[in-house]
Amino acid sequence: MKRESARPKAPLSRWQGALPAHGDRDDLVVPCRRDRGRGFTDKRQRTALTEALSSLDQTPALVDPDERRGGTGTARFVLSKIGGALASLALVVVLGFFLFRTLPGDPVRFMVRDRPTDPKMMAELREQMGVDKPLLRQFWDYVVGLLQGDMGVSYLQRRPVFDMVGERLWPTILLVGSATVLAVLLGLWLGVRAGWRRGSRFDKVQTGLALTLWSVPQFWLGLMLLVASNGLFPSRGMHSPDVEPGFFSEGLDVLHHLVLPCVTLLVVFYAQYMLVMRSSLIGEMNSDYLTTARAKGLRDDLVRKRHAVPNALLPTVTLVFMQFGMVVSGAVSVEAVFSWPGLGQLLYEALRGPDLPVLQGVFVTLAGAVVLMNLLAELLYRVLDPRVRTA
Amino acid sequence: MTTAEKPSSIVWRRRREAVAKRWHEFTTNKAGVFGLAFLGLLTLLAVLAPVISDESGLDVTKAEGTSLDPPSGEFWLGTDIDGRSVLLMTFWGARISLLTGFSAAFLSVLIGTLIGIAAAHFGGWLSGLLLRFTDFFLVLPSLVLAVALASVLDQGTMTVIIAIGVTAWPSTARLVRAQTLTIEGRPYIERAKALGGGHLHIVGKHVLPGVMPLVLANTTLVVGNAVIADATLAFLGVGNPNTVSWGAMLQTALNNGAISKGAWWNLLPPGIAIVVVVLAFTLVGRALETVLNPRLKGQHS
Repeated sequence: MKRESARPKAPLSRWQGALPAHGDRDDLVVPCRRDRGRGFTDKRQRTALTEALSSLDQTPALVDPDERRGGTGTARFVLSKIGGALASLALVVVLGFFLFRTLPGDPVRFMVRDRPTDPKMMAELREQMGVDKPLLRQFWDYVVGLLQGDMGVSYLQRRPVFDMVGERLWPTILLVGSATVLAVLLGLWLGVRAGWRRGSRFDKVQTGLALTLWSVPQFWLGLMLLVASNGLFPSRGMHSPDVEPGFFSEGLDVLHHLVLPCVTLLVVFYAQYMLVMRSSLIGEMNSDYLTTARAKGLRDDLVRKRHAVPNALLPTVTLVFMQFGMVVSGAVSVEAVFSWPGLGQLLYEALRGPDLPVLQGVFVTLAGAVVLMNLLAELLYRVLDPRVRTA
Repeated sequence: MTTAEKPSSIVWRRRREAVAKRWHEFTTNKAGVFGLAFLGLLTLLAVLAPVISDESGLDVTKAEGTSLDPPSGEFWLGTDIDGRSVLLMTFWGARISLLTGFSAAFLSVLIGTLIGIAAAHFGGWLSGLLLRFTDFFLVLPSLVLAVALASVLDQGTMTVIIAIGVTAWPSTARLVRAQTLTIEGRPYIERAKALGGGHLHIVGKHVLPGVMPLVLANTTLVVGNAVIADATLAFLGVGNPNTVSWGAMLQTALNNGAISKGAWWNLLPPGIAIVVVVLAFTLVGRALETVLNPRLKGQHS
């Protein structure tokens, strides 16, 4: 294993296009897949930006070159990935317990720290919340509760956390979803244009712009847009109170509210998709199959659209899912700025208390969602890359 | 300089030469040099802040201006909601931002390097476990994790440093692990092992010097991210409430109505300061990477 990856890395282009789309021999397909995976890791390191950008939330290698592979059967692959995701979910649950139940010490003291409380009342509160039991017992109750959709009761609002998370989920999905789709479209389009004419003025301007935008803290960008738009778009919340009922008018109202938060999120994230797409396309530029395509007399446009882009698209598409955690992190600060009634805003409000059960619920939900998206990315990778599939 | 030279002095002479060569290469990268000069100047100014400016201007009770004055001759960047000079606050904010940025980056790089080397050097089940652990933290929304940590621990600068430090290490661990594997695959490591070198000898004498340059480049990039994370935490209200920082200035601007009154001078200076500092770190980091990472030669155009 060690030796394998210590070997000098194979150039990515070696297998590009040289292979039949559907490899039918295992020995051919497996090394190809490894090289592909390694090529990506390697490229990722090369893309200084990705590296620069993502120390906080970095793209993991899509396919770990050192991962042990027993076989290439689809069932086995899917099962092992699902197993890994389940282990991650378990770790999220344990982390949630450790962070919010063990680390802060006595939650009752946390709750009553501003008010004078006599010991008897505190003991009653402890019993009521179940924190007087041994830690292991508490952990058991917490896990069983989670499995039954019980995340405890909010300290501040005295409501079940599960319901609070549930009603905040859709606004976040709407915001994160729309921002991701737009950022991906914009990033891919600009990345292809910049990469195809590497070193051109367009490329230089766009790369510089992307680098600068990446250095911008999201919440600040949000504040600036808020000031710059000067009341053109609503600055808070998701609904106006005075909108007439009806599907269309309400939908339009939500969209109107969505503009600023969505633009704030997407402006910072498109940069990464663009730079990865650009470097991925540059990696394909010297491939033999492009020379072949040109030799056939294809127009430049067609060479790009039919041959280069589909091959370069793969790392970017999977990156979209991998970077979900980062988008979620961004959503938290953006929602706080615009009072968008999503999970991030719930987290922000809960920090005031701190309302530990709510923080815990939001954390477990967000982290769990990220783990699931990651699983999806790994499965998708196998579907998208025909070379990885076996006959 | 002949046979009389001791082996250790040969090593050091070679290292000095290597450093000089790398430095020369670095100076050819204009953006990197510019970033480094800017950061050097900023660090100097931040360290000297108590000497060249008056700290008492940061105290709300001693504020000299009126609330939300636009920029003028007396207050070049206007005043904030409490009548304090925005220029002075931005200037002093650099201290806390750089301090947190460097400390958190140092902590996270330390953790990342230890885990990365351990994951690559020892192999076996330990390596597998560490790798899985690293991957797990890599995909977690780290800001959410940092906010959670900062909210349950006592408020303070130290908490912020820890919260960022223990959530930002996975990418470094990945990088260090890959580099350690590359180094450990080389024949001279085998030779050292054959001569009876233990774990400590191999890691300390051979792996670490080989990994350090990359770690240095990586640290520069991590500092930039830590500065953003620090500002975000302060903005979300889990930073140190007693210090003037860029994130806290922006939080005050949002919560105390400076924005609804259109006081752009409360928003622009801290934000631009963050962008410029982070950009400078990114430029230096990219330049260092180009010089120090042999695989990147000729890239990064």
